[in-house]
Amino acid sequence: MTEPTMTEPTADQPAPQQRAGLSRRRLLGAFGAGTAGVLAAGAAGGVIGRATADEAPSAGAAPTDAVPFHGEHQAGIVTPAQDRLHFVALDVTTDSREDLVQLLEDWTEAARRMTAGRDAGPVGAVDGERYAPPDDTGEAIGLPASGLTLTVGFGPTLFTAADGTDRFGLAARRPAPLVDLPAFPGDQIEPAISGGDLCIQACANDPQVAVHAIRNLVRIGAGVVSVRWSQLGFGRTSSTSTGQATPRNLFGFKDGTDNLKAENGSTLDRFVWVGDDDADWLRGGSYLVTRRIRMLIEPWDSSSLDEQQRTIGRAKGSGAPLGQQAEFDPVDFTKQVDGEFAVPETSHVFLAHPTNSGTAILRRGYSFVDGSDGLGRLDAGLFFIAFQRNPETGFVQVQRNLRLDAMNEYIRHTSSAVFACPPGVRDDGDWWGRALFG
Amino acid sequence: MSVRDRRLPLLTAGLLAALTTAACGSADAGSGGASGGEAADTVAVAASDDACDVASAELPAGTHEFQVTNSGSQVTEFYVYAEGDRVMGEVENIAPGLTRELLVELPAGTYETACKPGMVGDGIRSDLTITGEAASLSEDETLAQASADYQRYVQSQTGALLEQTTAFVDAVEAGDVEGAKALFPVARTYWERIEPVAEIFGDLDPLIDGREGDQAEGEDFTGFHRIEQALWVGNTTEGMAPYADQLLANVQEIVDLANETTLEPLQLANGAKALLDEIATGKITGEEDRYSHTDLWDFAANLEGSEAAVQALRPYLEEADPDLVAEIDERFAATEAELEQYRTDGGWTLHDQLTEDQLQGLSDSITALSESVSQVAAVVADR
Repeated sequence: MTEPTMTEPTADQPAPQQRAGLSRRRLLGAFGAGTAGVLAAGAAGGVIGRATADEAPSAGAAPTDAVPFHGEHQAGIVTPAQDRLHFVALDVTTDSREDLVQLLEDWTEAARRMTAGRDAGPVGAVDGERYAPPDDTGEAIGLPASGLTLTVGFGPTLFTAADGTDRFGLAARRPAPLVDLPAFPGDQIEPAISGGDLCIQACANDPQVAVHAIRNLVRIGAGVVSVRWSQLGFGRTSSTSTGQATPRNLFGFKDGTDNLKAENGSTLDRFVWVGDDDADWLRGGSYLVTRRIRMLIEPWDSSSLDEQQRTIGRAKGSGAPLGQQAEFDPVDFTKQVDGEFAVPETSHVFLAHPTNSGTAILRRGYSFVDGSDGLGRLDAGLFFIAFQRNPETGFVQVQRNLRLDAMNEYIRHTSSAVFACPPGVRDDGDWWGRALFG
Repeated sequence: MSVRDRRLPLLTAGLLAALTTAACGSADAGSGGASGGEAADTVAVAASDDACDVASAELPAGTHEFQVTNSGSQVTEFYVYAEGDRVMGEVENIAPGLTRELLVELPAGTYETACKPGMVGDGIRSDLTITGEAASLSEDETLAQASADYQRYVQSQTGALLEQTTAFVDAVEAGDVEGAKALFPVARTYWERIEPVAEIFGDLDPLIDGREGDQAEGEDFTGFHRIEQALWVGNTTEGMAPYADQLLANVQEIVDLANETTLEPLQLANGAKALLDEIATGKITGEEDRYSHTDLWDFAANLEGSEAAVQALRPYLEEADPDLVAEIDERFAATEAELEQYRTDGGWTLHDQLTEDQLQGLSDSITALSESVSQVAAVVADR
């Protein structure tokens, strides 16, 4: 969705709570805001606003360039969203902690190489021994780094398996917020494409580069991990930098206009990066939530423009909030047109907006089309990805607020997962998860 | 097996040219013993359904003849294993009441003997110590030994393949649908174990093991799977007699060819990997035995055949890359354990009764094992 859970961060964090039976009046009353959509309630008023960029724009690098792999945080979170995604969730098939650690070290080394535009292994796709399988699969020969980022996360079942066993001696190190997401009304979650012990998000501006990276990491993991499910995404549905134009999702609407952006440093610290109130090993990391959200394309396409715009709460052409003129005009929940509120209270923007959800998340989703279903309908939608400091006060809080979202009529959530993404790999001696396993 | 294209690489790599034929007049038919000359002695083996008593637990280095008498109620097999279950000699298919001989040359070292009543599982094992000076072989000698060891294995299988295919063909021709159905996966077991050899004879393999749709225009669909289709889809043997005759003739021909073929060490390495690929692409998917769903019989046989090829190379690999050997051992054991869950009374769970999760477990273990076995060829080529 569009903004399935989209948080519309333009305002700042209002008081949460009181979602049940939300009515616009009650809501507005609670926050005491009478004007503009920006509810400056609370001390942090306005932090999320896109005008508050406090870092230089990070976009601007050529789409073929390499994104640095080392850093305080993992790349692929606030990195300006690339155009393509290959996401994979894996289960660990061994009980050997030593083998798992070795794999994380091997993966880090391969990721360091591939994100720099090099082969997965030190020998390369075609320079090895004639009788040995090559240490790179070769389909990225001649392709530039293409902005490849590889981001790793650890699922709840890595710490305690579904049957309750503590396979790797990690149970005591599970961060409290890392638990399976609760069920939401209308969910049609398929367990086979949900969850996972580990995940790897590969994003790049060339689909072949993203697929190559996942394929090689999976190959390296033979005997230690098994692919549980995977998802390809072909077009970003969020902009994560002020330097990026806002893309359209498969509903045809601009998506991510009011997303958290890389330039909002202090806001990211508040809503995206794990701080000192959580597990030590996770500080500087983030929680990743994925939801495969199928769009019911055919009913949507046969609904009127008015219905579509009232469902989303924005104009389809400009992306402007209903009742406003331009895409980045602030949402005004009080504005009335012909005696009706311009932004309907069941619209997605109304319910997902930080003003009303009380929180903010960094969305980084991708459109997908997985062919068609057995009835000839497009099997398409949004592979929703969100990063947040805590799932409970991030995605879960937003999603709970969407119970009455008009958009629910046009979507089905079919897969769900949550992962804790460790902080960045600092240097050549560091590896994914070192602080957790060390 | 068999889509012809898959085997082309084996033929095109110049490997066919590397084939050597060895005059191998060794052990008598049906016995997979090494021929190291005359046997120094005869060692009696009393096999039953729950015992495997070998007359001597310690023997001098040299060639020995084991006489295996089966007093049990099940068909049995007898093996002499070196470390890692490398087959030094084996005799298959010993029916109740029969005695069969195994001639095997054993250098100094520690071995295990095993009887396998019902022809399944690890068998009833005993230690066997061979005394004397341990031979010190060069790398080349060790590799030459690998080829000879594997050839012995192939010869042990071809005898049983011919016997079981004959029994299967007899049942088909007698109109015994149930009997033929029972024998189908058994006969195929011996075929699937030695496929790397069978595949070298590119014309015969598709005739014996082609699947419907693999044939070129104008070619008939023949072989095991043609009869499988009649048995399971039509529940009949009607019209199958000519196919049964042809199958037996082709199997006879390939047995004759295989008995005279020695694979080069590199072919052993590639064959071991190819058998695992067969599992991944044909058995896990249920494509191989799409009418009978007896794919796990073939799975087990491919796995055994792959292990036999790797173990033939073991003495060389232990010198060249002991870590790889340890990993391969571990992963063969893991795959066998995974498969073992689906053993049933007298056979294996049918493919169409396996859940997605179960197939995933099998697939994961094969993926891991293949990754290890795929490294053997380079180690061999590196010498």
